[in-house]
Amino acid sequence: MSDTGQGALPIAVRNVTKTYGDVFALNDVSLDVKSGEFLTLLGPSGSGKTTLLMVLAGFTRPDSGSLKFGEDEMIRTAPHLRDVGMVFQNYALFPHMSVAANVGYPLKLRKTPKDEMDRRVEAALETVQLGGYGERGITQLSGGQKQRVALARSIVFAPRILLMDEPLSALDKKLRDRMQIELRHLHEKLGMTTVYVTHDQREALTMSDRIAVVNHGRIMQLATPQELYEQPANRFVADFIGDSTFLDVTRSGSALGAAGTNLKTTRHVPDGEGLSLMMRPERLHLITGKPAKDENVFEARVTELVYQGESYLLYAHLKDGTEVAVRGAMRAGTFDALPKQGDTVQLGLGVDDTVLLAGEEA
Amino acid sequence: MNWFSRPASETQVTHGQRLWLYIFAGVTMTLLVVPTLIVIPMSFSDSQYLEFPPEEWSLRWYHNYFGSPEWMGATATSFKAAILTTIVATPIGVLAAYGLHASKIPFIRATFVLLITPMMVPVVLIAIGAFYAYVKLQILYTMTGLVLAHSLLAIPLVVIVIGSALKSYDMNQENAARSLGAPRWKAFMTITLPQIRFAVVTSALLAFLTSFDEVIVAMFISGGENSTLTRNMFNALRDQIDPTIAAISTIMVLVTTGLMIVAQVFGTDKSQK
Ligand SMILES: Nc1ncnc2c1ncn2[C@@H]1O[C@H](COP(=O)(O)OP(=O)(O)OP(=O)(O)O)[C@@H](O)[C@H]1O
Ligand SMILES: [Mg+2]
Repeated sequence: MSDTGQGALPIAVRNVTKTYGDVFALNDVSLDVKSGEFLTLLGPSGSGKTTLLMVLAGFTRPDSGSLKFGEDEMIRTAPHLRDVGMVFQNYALFPHMSVAANVGYPLKLRKTPKDEMDRRVEAALETVQLGGYGERGITQLSGGQKQRVALARSIVFAPRILLMDEPLSALDKKLRDRMQIELRHLHEKLGMTTVYVTHDQREALTMSDRIAVVNHGRIMQLATPQELYEQPANRFVADFIGDSTFLDVTRSGSALGAAGTNLKTTRHVPDGEGLSLMMRPERLHLITGKPAKDENVFEARVTELVYQGESYLLYAHLKDGTEVAVRGAMRAGTFDALPKQGDTVQLGLGVDDTVLLAGEEA
Repeated sequence: MNWFSRPASETQVTHGQRLWLYIFAGVTMTLLVVPTLIVIPMSFSDSQYLEFPPEEWSLRWYHNYFGSPEWMGATATSFKAAILTTIVATPIGVLAAYGLHASKIPFIRATFVLLITPMMVPVVLIAIGAFYAYVKLQILYTMTGLVLAHSLLAIPLVVIVIGSALKSYDMNQENAARSLGAPRWKAFMTITLPQIRFAVVTSALLAFLTSFDEVIVAMFISGGENSTLTRNMFNALRDQIDPTIAAISTIMVLVTTGLMIVAQVFGTDKSQK
């Protein structure tokens, strides 16, 4: 849309705390969202994602802290003066109005002339691929269409900040996948600073410029999807993103070991006690011939083999009794050639994939 | 296939199997309605006394009613009181219900009980209390006093009707409106109110009827030129059994049912089905 001329705004959250009774919904949160960035808040249920979004939108006043949009302090600004587009988890469309009236609502409040309003409403509907749906009633729409109307309504007035609270959670997987890509394209096109909430890690990895992993009202790590996946800051993040198994690492001098194997790694080795080794199923592999030089080798006994179509999943017990999973791609004949339950195998983990995590809460 | 063996609904139950239900419902409805309807033929009687069934028919009691300045004055008072009560009780009740619903403070929510006490206290007590208070305030036998007392009785009804309508209303819509640029009052007026309008209409009619049908409080605090219709009817019944009462009752039944039909037509949300 040509109307998005005002440019996006950066958001600065500083030391925001919000308690409900003795629950810390937000615990001293500081966060910078760059202008035009797509940032995702990712975390388990009850971690404080919605609370943070509500603080940004102005519906929740934090106990302490500061919030700036650009240069302006916002903490005392009423929601309707914040110029923030918001998509609610359940869409919150107005069922007594048509699609066009819903989308036109923010423009009407801004006293936009009738013909300009019609034009912008239609343009917003086109953007979400609902051109010509203006006269429909809200109850006549499917879940995905409702979601898109909610989106059109939140972007039509060209807000400089867009907030979305799990907007795709009510959709089936196919539609969700498509909407993820559409949302991403839309963001590229409109360029508004976007804060997106989800508890679906795949969604977060797919869509975001950066992800803030939230737990118990704190930000555990703020990083790009790749950094987050490759170099999690702590066990919580590693556990939450992707499937991982963790092995206790023993340290004597500079020598490291886990499950009876001496560990070599090219990655950063954190200081302190209680290191653990992160093992991701797709990074482990079965060694068929001789182990390569640049990998760590673990002895294991196969406990279960699962056929999953595009890949297989093999569960095995390491020497110390830990169960790990190995995922491998499959071609015709691969599955039959795999080791069977009870077989002893060697598992390889490349030195580049040997990620060590510091103990409790980094 | 005859009617008895046809299925009565999506389930396999037939009309035949449901017969007892139809009869039960029919008897119940008859018992509810007949005592009200019986005054209608009585009002067209030519007799000096209330009698059923009438031996001769006439409109004399209607002439009597419409020709009497006293009855006409009381009717005007009743309508005036009912309309004013509606105007006072409906907005207050709607706002109270909204406030209770929107508030996050448990203590505020507890005031709901306070708001509906007038419903739980015997009306006679309210009447006596109002009487003594009004003597002190010097508003006994005034329209102001009558409307205040009737509003007291009507507000709990409004609060309950609106409160239950708000229960199924998603307050997030109002938040959405606010994030889109509407100040809170505007979000309420353009988003919330239109969606509970049917409940508002219903509660306004209930407020109207609460006042229009009320007799106990009116016995104590209305009088003189501000006597209500119901009060005068009650007095007329006590002094002499005057069939004019039957004529008035008939008219009241018509007004009341008329309003209820209006409530049914405009008060139900057609989009809900
Ligand atoms: N209005 C409230 N009153 C009391 N406690 C609240 C309130 N809102 C949130 N909380 C608490 O604050 C914490 C964070 O809640 P929040 O809604 O932000 O979680 P969330 O990350 O959005 O979770 P979900 O993924 O389930 O939506 C939770 O422990 C919740 O119980
Ligand atoms: Mg939430």
